[in-house]
Amino acid sequence: MKFAIDLKDWNTRGLIFVGAVMLALLFAGPQIFDLFVLLKVILLISTAMLALSMGFIWGFGGILCFGQSAFFGIGGYAYAIAVINMGESTVPLLLSVLVPAAFAMLLGYFMFYGRLSDIYLAVVTLAVTLIFYAFIRSTSGEEYHIGNARLMGFNGISSIPGFNWPGYPDSPLWPDDIFYVAMVLLILVYFGLRYLLRSHFGRVVVAIRENETRAEYLGYDVRFYKMIAFSVGAGIAGLAGCLFVSFNNFINPDVFALGLAAQIIMWVLIGGVGTLVGPMLGSLGLQMLYNWLGTQTFAGFLNTYLVFGAIIIIFVLAVPQGLQPTARLLALRFLPIARPPGERG
Amino acid sequence: MTESRPPILETHGLTMRFGGVVAVNDVDFSMAEGELRCLIGPNGAGKTTFFRCLTHQYKPTGGRVIYRGVDITGSHTHQIARRGIGIKTQVPSVFDGLDVRENIWLSARRHHNDRESNRVVDEILERIGLTAVANRLVGQLAHGERQGVELGIVLTGDPDLILLDEPTAGMTHEEVHRTTEMIREINRTASLIVVEHDMQFIKAIANRVTVFVQGAILVEDTMENVLKNQEVRDVYLGKREVA
Repeated sequence: MKFAIDLKDWNTRGLIFVGAVMLALLFAGPQIFDLFVLLKVILLISTAMLALSMGFIWGFGGILCFGQSAFFGIGGYAYAIAVINMGESTVPLLLSVLVPAAFAMLLGYFMFYGRLSDIYLAVVTLAVTLIFYAFIRSTSGEEYHIGNARLMGFNGISSIPGFNWPGYPDSPLWPDDIFYVAMVLLILVYFGLRYLLRSHFGRVVVAIRENETRAEYLGYDVRFYKMIAFSVGAGIAGLAGCLFVSFNNFINPDVFALGLAAQIIMWVLIGGVGTLVGPMLGSLGLQMLYNWLGTQTFAGFLNTYLVFGAIIIIFVLAVPQGLQPTARLLALRFLPIARPPGERG
Repeated sequence: MTESRPPILETHGLTMRFGGVVAVNDVDFSMAEGELRCLIGPNGAGKTTFFRCLTHQYKPTGGRVIYRGVDITGSHTHQIARRGIGIKTQVPSVFDGLDVRENIWLSARRHHNDRESNRVVDEILERIGLTAVANRLVGQLAHGERQGVELGIVLTGDPDLILLDEPTAGMTHEEVHRTTEMIREINRTASLIVVEHDMQFIKAIANRVTVFVQGAILVEDTMENVLKNQEVRDVYLGKREVA
């Protein structure tokens, strides 16, 4: 395709805007946030990355994975186990991407080459995360350890070393530094995905979402493309899991639970399927809403979960396309700019 | 003339069953390199199912498909496409959410590098007369234009054998005329199998016609002889008993 940078193009402007906001947050974050808020922001960056992974495979690859939390958890556990054994965080960070990506490739091989239909794929991936949940919960005994790292069952692994400067295990990163690392990784993942989606591979992935049969008629092996896209999404989810663990210094089997699996779907649905910024906004908005609701008392008897659920249902009914597409439609309606055809992201 | 040329496609005892229904029944079919063959027959005769068996959209329950001497019966759809078989389906199979240019580009990029692909796309857009709507989403186009996009996608792959399933369905008179010319032009470099119901269109393009009835080949002859054939007339007028 002809991918020239056109500043009149709405998508290019959007990309520049997103990049500017991210860079502003990167440089200004530690200055404008106090320590408590900064720690919360790091957590939000981790979940935004998880939402981004789901936004990619569902919104662009058309793969509705109900168990994206499995890769988040595998990434987290891979980091925890590796860093406890190695005492240094650089290789564990890489493993947190590679292990879930490799597992997703294996799982994807059986699902995509086995021609599993969309609904069964959702069920299988959900079953996978629940199997991990059940298995890790049952690993309390002393016999369940990998090297020096005990899995600790439902109690989870605590005192997990956070990030250190590469090659200097005795020089841990301070919260400011962890924020910079997390933010830079989020920016790299976001722009990396944008680049990937503009590449030949990315366009084929989108084409497969649009019409799998026609993609095959053109000679593309859709099974292979889906497997790779699924694996890329899993690697990103694993990286998010690593950030989560390194910030919390703790992980337990709840990362595999149904609650997180469902939340990821919600983030993407609320933010907008078929976009990359939308899922990040969705995760940010829903978590902030959830935190705010946690501090409220509704007439003294209304359950927070009930109010949270009701808000989500109303939102999905009122704004079915999600946050980003709706904001974009409003912008197009009230701003004198032409919509470039053929672009959704 | 085509008789002396080697066969580009053959099927031997090709059969496709859906439970108790036999959609394609023990079909022995052969066509020569460079030939333009038309398949006709009443609705439900098995023409489209036959196409789907050739491209492995359906896995045949029996028989073999031979393309240029190679058994492709067990090959996957994308492998068959890579061997040089292109298909245009009855209902346009295109990427509705992408623009016209990208639809063609995806086909071009499979065969060429990025720079060359852009050149090929411009050439094909000009050829199918859709340059003016190159940046529009395919889902927003009229049916005839969508047919044109699909044809463009197929031509971009430069296949040696093209399967066209009702290429003129839903087209205006002018579009049919243009498609007729285009098919003649395509046939200079590629073999074609065309499924159609429009007899005027078939008369305009056909050399040899195969008539399908109830999943099997009833007769295979020139268009002139087929039109004179009493059995064919009976089938089309509904006189022949349905099993």
